Amino acid sequence: MRPGYAVAMIDLLDLDAQLTPDQRLVRDTAQEFVASRVLPEVGSWFEDGTFPARELAPELGSLGMLGMHLTGYGCAGLDAISYGLACRELEAGDSGLRSFVSVQGSLAMYPIWKYGTAEQKDEWLPRMSAGEVIGCFGLTEPDHGSDPGSMRTHAKQDPSGDWILNGAKMWITNGSIADVAVVWAQTDTGVRGFVVPTASNGFSAVEIHKKLSLRASVTSSLYFDDVRLPAAAALDVRGLKGPLSCLSEARFGILWGVTGAGRACLEAAVDYAKSRIQFGKPIGSFQLTQEKLAWMAVALGQAGLTALHLGKLKEAGELKPYQVSYGKLANVRAALDIARQARSVLGANGVTLEYPVIRHMNNLESVLTYEGTQEIHTLVLGETLTGLAAYR
Amino acid sequence: MNIVVCVKQVPDTATERKLRSDDKTLDRDAVDGVINELDEYAVEEALRLKEAHGGEVTVLTMGPAKAADTIRKALAMGADKAVHLVDDALAGSDALSTSYALAQALGRVGFDVVVLGSESTDARTGVLAAMLAERLGVPQLSQARKVEVNGSAVTIERVTDYGYDRVEASLPAVVSVVEKINEPRYPSFKGIMAAKKKPVETLGAADLEADAGQLGLAGAWSEVVDFAVAPPRAAGTVVKDEGDGGAKAAEFLASKKFI
Repeated sequence: MRPGYAVAMIDLLDLDAQLTPDQRLVRDTAQEFVASRVLPEVGSWFEDGTFPARELAPELGSLGMLGMHLTGYGCAGLDAISYGLACRELEAGDSGLRSFVSVQGSLAMYPIWKYGTAEQKDEWLPRMSAGEVIGCFGLTEPDHGSDPGSMRTHAKQDPSGDWILNGAKMWITNGSIADVAVVWAQTDTGVRGFVVPTASNGFSAVEIHKKLSLRASVTSSLYFDDVRLPAAAALDVRGLKGPLSCLSEARFGILWGVTGAGRACLEAAVDYAKSRIQFGKPIGSFQLTQEKLAWMAVALGQAGLTALHLGKLKEAGELKPYQVSYGKLANVRAALDIARQARSVLGANGVTLEYPVIRHMNNLESVLTYEGTQEIHTLVLGETLTGLAAYR
Repeated sequence: MNIVVCVKQVPDTATERKLRSDDKTLDRDAVDGVINELDEYAVEEALRLKEAHGGEVTVLTMGPAKAADTIRKALAMGADKAVHLVDDALAGSDALSTSYALAQALGRVGFDVVVLGSESTDARTGVLAAMLAERLGVPQLSQARKVEVNGSAVTIERVTDYGYDRVEASLPAVVSVVEKINEPRYPSFKGIMAAKKKPVETLGAADLEADAGQLGLAGAWSEVVDFAVAPPRAAGTVVKDEGDGGAKAAEFLASKKFI
């Protein structure tokens, strides 16, 4: 039997029964890829603090996972729920893997696809969807995270029309391995995005070490020192709605993805509870353990319902940004709580990389913070409810 | 080259399988259907033959409406088109009546080579390829772990208990494959999207120009007379080694006629 074939999956609400046959095929392809290619090695990647992006990117590309929800340029053109399902199965492997795919597809390819010129699309998108070219997305800065509007990175046009880019970005997934960066900078006419080949003079990237989360993912700082770009490097969008529209795409992937991480933790906890013997019987037969498992299963079911519902809204073109905030806030929090509960079920074994739980738990601390902190998403809901913006 | 790959939707081996109480055939509605695992290898091999020699891969399946999911998977892997044999008159087929229906369909579709898994995980008779070849009057090459086509000849490595035989035949022919033959590809996301647009022809019993008495349950030569649920596995016997563990283990094996 092939590895990963017919993986048993906890789905108490039978949510996947609502999927179309095509959506099930998408799920199965992602699930089998993760089972055969990722799960055997990801514990070591995490421990070693590496991610074999150059090896994995062409494999992900040939399966159609890079820019999967975009159309044309070699992209698969999947529906929103399929995109979510793929993120879920990738993140059941590791949040770092899903982050790689989110950044490539939603944060680097999407802005070029949506706001780029025909030349930019032809130059970058086919190679990015094939995984030959890796992209990154530069918005967050060392001193400007939740408040990107006050970013310091800026671009000025010189008399020839060329843009001169200066500044720094931080916490950039794929930064130091990327071939192309979509960089957001202040200009005289507000925030704009630029397509920046990382081979440009004055561009440098340094990997951030000493992370205890998303260790199987490359995170970097970017520096721009008089990087000269042609006039055509600027994307056709003005203001923060450019980067925020990309983040909305990526956050939709996250609110699905974390249900995969949560499920992996619950499955590990159930397996462990059935086989770990204490006081002469499996710990799964004790009420305290059953309560934890049931609690996790309910939290997972609710997160899955939220993801599926928001997927249907996105399909219908009715998904609103505050609903994405709702999903990102609710589901990441649920997944992190599930991971912590699962960790306690696994006892001391729960802190080792022999089991997936602590890896997911540590990863989810990053996921709680990146792409809109839980605090900011909370305030988005607060504003939606009251009409009063707390952060302005 | 005109390549036809026969696939079967079978109950997911991970779920509990049931027989119907009325006609004692498999209850296909009660379980999730998946593509028979060996047929995935057959699809992969068919695609590789096409990639090496050109031509077209047609998926042929017989099964209820929901077997369309299995067709969809084979198309998503890269097959070009499909023929779905679906009719209540075909329900309850055994290997003999299945081979009759498929052979009639193959006569209509045409083929240079028919590829299929060497057995299915539900009935596990393992005889369909042989019956099909006999009915079509073409050579059968079974249990293939390697297939090569050279002009009008097809050569396989046939897995045996002691190694393998090289077997050659002229085309057209029927080839059944084992899991050693390749590593089936996953349907890529682009393949899944492309499959939506590929043609699927649906045939009923009337389209087969067949003798109705040889189809379905009516045409089956085998009959399930009775069935019972397998008893749950009993607890194992623990042999405690008090210096004579080896002898006790040997005694146990002898009592079960293993040695």
